[in-house]
Amino acid sequence: MKDCKCSHKISDLSLIKNVLDQYKDKPGSLITVLQKAQEIYGYLPTDVIYHIADVMKTTPAEVMGVATFYTQFRLKPVGKYLIMLCQGTACHVNGSERIESAICQRLGICDGDTTQDGMFSLKNVACLGCCSLSPVMMINGETYGSLTPQKAIEIIDGLYAKEADK
Amino acid sequence: MRIVVGEGSCGIAAGAHKVYEAIEKLGSGIELGITGCIGMCFLEPIVDIYDKDLLACRLVRVKESDAQTIVQAVKSGDLTQLSGLAITEDDKSFLDKQTRIALRNCGIIDPTDIDQYINAGGYKALEKVLSMTPQAVIDEIKVSGLAGRGGAGFPTWFKWNAARESNGEPKYLICNADEGDPGAFMDRAVIESDPHNLIEGMLIGAYAIGAAEMVVYVRAEYPLAIVRLEKAIEQAREKGYLGKNILGTGFCCDMRIKAGAGAFVCGEETALIESLEGKRGMPRLKPPFPAQCGYNDQPSNINNVETFANVAWIIQNGGEKFAAMGTKDSKGTKVFALTGKIKRGGLVEVPMGMTIRDIIYDIGGGIRGDRKCKAVQLGGPSGGCVPYDKFDTVIDYKALAATGAIMGSGGMVVMDDTTCMVGMAKFFLDFTAKESCGKCVHCRIGTKRLLEILDRITKGEGKDGDIELLEELCDGVKSGALCGLGQTAPNPVLSTIRYFRDEYEAHIKEKRCPVGECRDLLTYTIEKEKCRGCTLCAKKCPAKAISGEVKKPHEIDKEVCIKCGQCVTLCRFGAISVR
Repeated sequence: MKDCKCSHKISDLSLIKNVLDQYKDKPGSLITVLQKAQEIYGYLPTDVIYHIADVMKTTPAEVMGVATFYTQFRLKPVGKYLIMLCQGTACHVNGSERIESAICQRLGICDGDTTQDGMFSLKNVACLGCCSLSPVMMINGETYGSLTPQKAIEIIDGLYAKEADK
Repeated sequence: MRIVVGEGSCGIAAGAHKVYEAIEKLGSGIELGITGCIGMCFLEPIVDIYDKDLLACRLVRVKESDAQTIVQAVKSGDLTQLSGLAITEDDKSFLDKQTRIALRNCGIIDPTDIDQYINAGGYKALEKVLSMTPQAVIDEIKVSGLAGRGGAGFPTWFKWNAARESNGEPKYLICNADEGDPGAFMDRAVIESDPHNLIEGMLIGAYAIGAAEMVVYVRAEYPLAIVRLEKAIEQAREKGYLGKNILGTGFCCDMRIKAGAGAFVCGEETALIESLEGKRGMPRLKPPFPAQCGYNDQPSNINNVETFANVAWIIQNGGEKFAAMGTKDSKGTKVFALTGKIKRGGLVEVPMGMTIRDIIYDIGGGIRGDRKCKAVQLGGPSGGCVPYDKFDTVIDYKALAATGAIMGSGGMVVMDDTTCMVGMAKFFLDFTAKESCGKCVHCRIGTKRLLEILDRITKGEGKDGDIELLEELCDGVKSGALCGLGQTAPNPVLSTIRYFRDEYEAHIKEKRCPVGECRDLLTYTIEKEKCRGCTLCAKKCPAKAISGEVKKPHEIDKEVCIKCGQCVTLCRFGAISVR
């Protein structure tokens, strides 16, 4: 990766040094390292994955295998606002599918994508555990419950308006 | 007087912390605290007012703006002015038919304060156990009849005994808190609301099997549970309940948390072990069982959170008292997360042997909007549905299995007459197909093929023989899959075919969704007499399928319509009918 001449973004690997120093000799800590790396970079950039493999004395394929197995890990950067839309059973029964199509239509993206302006990412999640408020979505830690398609769009428009004011 | 705000995850989502902050700001000098989840999710945010140690008043659906009134009432000591916020007698009955063992402290004590747990009788069971032999502890659990609450219902004493008798050091005790079933949140509530109960239960287990290290594998989506448990572990260490030479008895045992990274299959014990070891969470072939060769190839015992939450109570009150509750084969209580189309959704703990009807109608208050109840889904994607006419089935491992459902971990999702059962089966298969780890062919390909057939049926492309094909495929997946995920994945399909075959037939033969939920089978029409010709729908229709003149009834071109439903949402006159 060091000699890579393509246009890939080059990450600052020094940011993760402390984490790697702490865990590199502890067997079984790869998931923890990846979780910390994602906290630092917001996602798992390819060069960081190579670097982790290097320091942890394993192969990039092994690290990639773990990173792609678990839904928590992202290989692409996310938008400023991450919409986590609950698709748990209770939300499904109460109409989460309609909320999803409304959001997709408003933002012009599908599950897992980010808008071109980098503002919103949409991610369907299994269950946020607020079943009594269903259908629910969580945007950057804030929970919005008892949604209707209209209400979901208003919330997104509200966030856009807030950004425009800044 | 003391004000206590219910700050479980769902309370906070409903705004409990904002209420807390508002009261804190206005009510200087008033004793203010938090507690966990009382289980009445439908009434969140909840604020309790205690007079000395007695609950004087429970306020429900509290808003930030109510803080002023609450502070005033508490300062003046006159709680009658809060009558508008107080819980109704009817809603109070939510707790009446419950028996709380695993949840005994939830919503009562402050989960961040170990002293409150100790004052409620906490860590007494641990003290008692440390003077018993490990074998006597296992015997007491055997008497209680406690079985695994994660879903499988395997006798807890048997697992403990196997791990105890297994050769090899060190031994590990692992708690499975990877609650992945969408629609279940019992384990989260226990950890968030009463973390010391889990720690104490695990310590007793560790003493019984001879483990020196305990690990709690918590779902990463439960950040608050992780924070509260971390704090509890720290406090327990300070007080000498965890670590070296516990309570001066020479027993050493410590505990750590491992955050999962989001994979449903990690609820399967061998997959969980793989994940603990930092690998892809793919199940191992059994045998060897974890009791012989588990985490780091050492003897390991894995139990679910709710199972551990019962242990301290059993030790303190005796196994016989626990076994006195329930049915012949299922002892004690079970916690359910009651959700879906229910009036009073939340967390309930009932003695085994109660009927489903009692839970849904007496505790849950019946169906939202008094609609007709159709079925209840038990055990999430691994379980099945129980139709309305079988609601007299009692909560018992065997009785539930006979209906084609399972006890499961405790998800209880209520469905009314607006839920399409074929769509429901498709929803669960979509989930298991996505969550299949891909190790064995039966699960990886089988769930995918099942999903494809269900998808076809809900799109009106079903063929004669599809039901039989589904059944054949289900049998194959059930018998051939490596782990519990695959073996149980066909359950939602089989049980919906068993009880709602007519719905499948309507989709396949008549290309019709009887409840009008399957989007591709719907037709949108504008009711002429209701349409005012406001043109809003025509302007916003993404397919330009709607036409008409201003102030005259509009029309939808069915050939062009993409059935997105946007016009229904937009229309202010309810003029668009969907059939």
